[in-house]
Amino acid sequence: MSVYINKDTKVLVQGITGSTALFHTKQMLEYGTKIVAGVTPGKGGTEVEGVPVFNTVQDAVEATGANVSVIYVPAPFAADAILEATEAELDMAICITEHIPVLDMVKVKRYMEGKKTRLVGPNCPGVITPDECKIGIMPGYIHKKGHVGVVSRSGTLTYEATHQLSEEGIGQSTAVGIGGDPVNGTNFIDVLKEFNEDEDTYAVVMIGEIGGTAEEEAAEWVKANMTKPVVGFIGGQTAPEGKRMGHAGAIISGGKGTAADKIKAMNAAGIEVADTPSVIGETLINVIKEKGLYDACKTH
Amino acid sequence: MNIHEYQGKQVLKQYGVSVPEGHVAFSPEEAVKAAKELGSDVVVVKAQIHAGGRGKAGGVKLAKSLDEVREYAKELLGKVLVTHQTGPEGKEVKRLYIEAGSNIEKEYYLGLVLDRETSLVNLMGSEEGGMDIEEVAANTPERIFYEAIDPVVGLTGFQARRMAFNMNIPAKLVNKAAKLMLGLYQAYVEKDAAIVEINPLVVTGDGQVVALDAKFNFDANALYRHQDIMEMRDYDEEDAKEIEASKYDLSYISLDGNIGCMVNGAGLAMATMDTINYYGGSPANFLDVGGGATAEKVTEAFKIILSDKNVKGIFVNIFGGIMKCDIIAEGVIQAAKEVSLEVPLVVRLEGTNVEIGKKLLNESGLNIVAAGTMADGAKQIVELVG
Repeated sequence: MSVYINKDTKVLVQGITGSTALFHTKQMLEYGTKIVAGVTPGKGGTEVEGVPVFNTVQDAVEATGANVSVIYVPAPFAADAILEATEAELDMAICITEHIPVLDMVKVKRYMEGKKTRLVGPNCPGVITPDECKIGIMPGYIHKKGHVGVVSRSGTLTYEATHQLSEEGIGQSTAVGIGGDPVNGTNFIDVLKEFNEDEDTYAVVMIGEIGGTAEEEAAEWVKANMTKPVVGFIGGQTAPEGKRMGHAGAIISGGKGTAADKIKAMNAAGIEVADTPSVIGETLINVIKEKGLYDACKTH
Repeated sequence: MNIHEYQGKQVLKQYGVSVPEGHVAFSPEEAVKAAKELGSDVVVVKAQIHAGGRGKAGGVKLAKSLDEVREYAKELLGKVLVTHQTGPEGKEVKRLYIEAGSNIEKEYYLGLVLDRETSLVNLMGSEEGGMDIEEVAANTPERIFYEAIDPVVGLTGFQARRMAFNMNIPAKLVNKAAKLMLGLYQAYVEKDAAIVEINPLVVTGDGQVVALDAKFNFDANALYRHQDIMEMRDYDEEDAKEIEASKYDLSYISLDGNIGCMVNGAGLAMATMDTINYYGGSPANFLDVGGGATAEKVTEAFKIILSDKNVKGIFVNIFGGIMKCDIIAEGVIQAAKEVSLEVPLVVRLEGTNVEIGKKLLNESGLNIVAAGTMADGAKQIVELVG
């Protein structure tokens, strides 16, 4: 088992004819992801990489039964693409696009309230269930099938952590990049809930960064509900206040959103936090050894 | 992106928000000319820099004659103002705003900001105007009021009135205040602002509700659809290295340390800074070269890092996911040759084609220290810089 996506997930690529989308469509197909359709308005009836292209999401869903979309549409049009995926009642829309105006996302989030579709991202690396389905831009080969769930606000930092786990023979059930924007769809708690209920996930790595209070809220939730061990890392421990660190959401403002606050909240919830990113894997291994889960997590 | 107070007031005026009459001035002569045009008994000479706390730092002067205007303008232009928001190095005043004096009865605070927890824009208001709102939030949080705004209908009349009543604005001026709030919200949404603060908002002796200050910060991701706002950008207010970096689509932030960093991905870049710190070093910058780094981008990134005279060593930390390590290595080699690198360089490569990348670095004849992991690289550069 895994969370959100698996070998049966039928993927639709929005903006499939763009250069980034084309590159990653090839990568996803090579990984074994079932890409059943692409959408580019005006290119309906054509084909790329053997994937049929449609003019609208609705057409694509009706013709192929796609249930998850991945969005590579440029930022000025990305919010509209999310709305289109929502209207077509997909299970999930994973938005890779970065630099979407925040107020566009405020409207999108409001529109999606009470709707069926779950949004992951924007500005995220995507979601991967190793050996089954890769949706997004992450390098497939650093992942290994297994039992550790990974949830993160950052892309390359997730690769770093996942790579450490795989090198040590600790595979992953699913890795979810929730993205670095201040307004996003899926948050830490949503993913932690899924991992808590997923019988194939034995432990979780949670990677946060400065800005906002999502990590603090997640820590509260873990303390009250989580039955599996969680280890973490917070990026930006040495970032100065008032400077936006690349991600639109990574900024300490008014003394809020500091790494120190987040680490404190996580420790209070029993989450072991790695001192440096280089020891995220080691920290997890120590914890699962302590809990007697190491052998179960080790993939041979 | 930030703009100056006088530019913020130009924006507000378009949305029917009352602001005092005023003119921008770049010289004492212009300041006097502006004061003459205003024809007001009292004019305010205000230093225009992208930072709050100007009043306390002596950047706002009340002039009662044209001679005083000239005197204050001479004093302020070229002066380096140090406020709690500028950092110890302060900011040089290059523009002044000459504004008609207001007969202030009472000061209030008004702001619009995104609440990340609810993903809604919030209107914030307080009777405690003219002071640092963060202090008010810390000491008397009950004196700040909030209205969460539904993007479907926008700020509503009743919400604005409720805010005005909560702020204890005199009953006969509540409708004027509410109208101002609605204009402020419209400006915020239509111009894609990230933060707007009016501190102080004032009630005047002649029964007006006026924005006496205007602090705007705009969403950088939305600037593409606001040519008018983009034209207000003042490059003098920004770090030269950060401007240069933005031309190449590099995300660069200047810091105080001496170890230059070049990393792909914002999260990894922050974590690299943290790791350098952990081993006792101090990063000179945050630099994310992004996912699609080309040899040219890498070269430019090197040049920007080295233009910081404090830099005594460079740490390149790349997790080449989709990005191939050999391409990064080529970029590093080309850059090191082009800029005739004289400080120690530690490179940590991981990911696709890592072996080819390492081989290229080893055979380049350049003085490059290869690191196995991020921690190893950070340790080595800290030792080399000493």
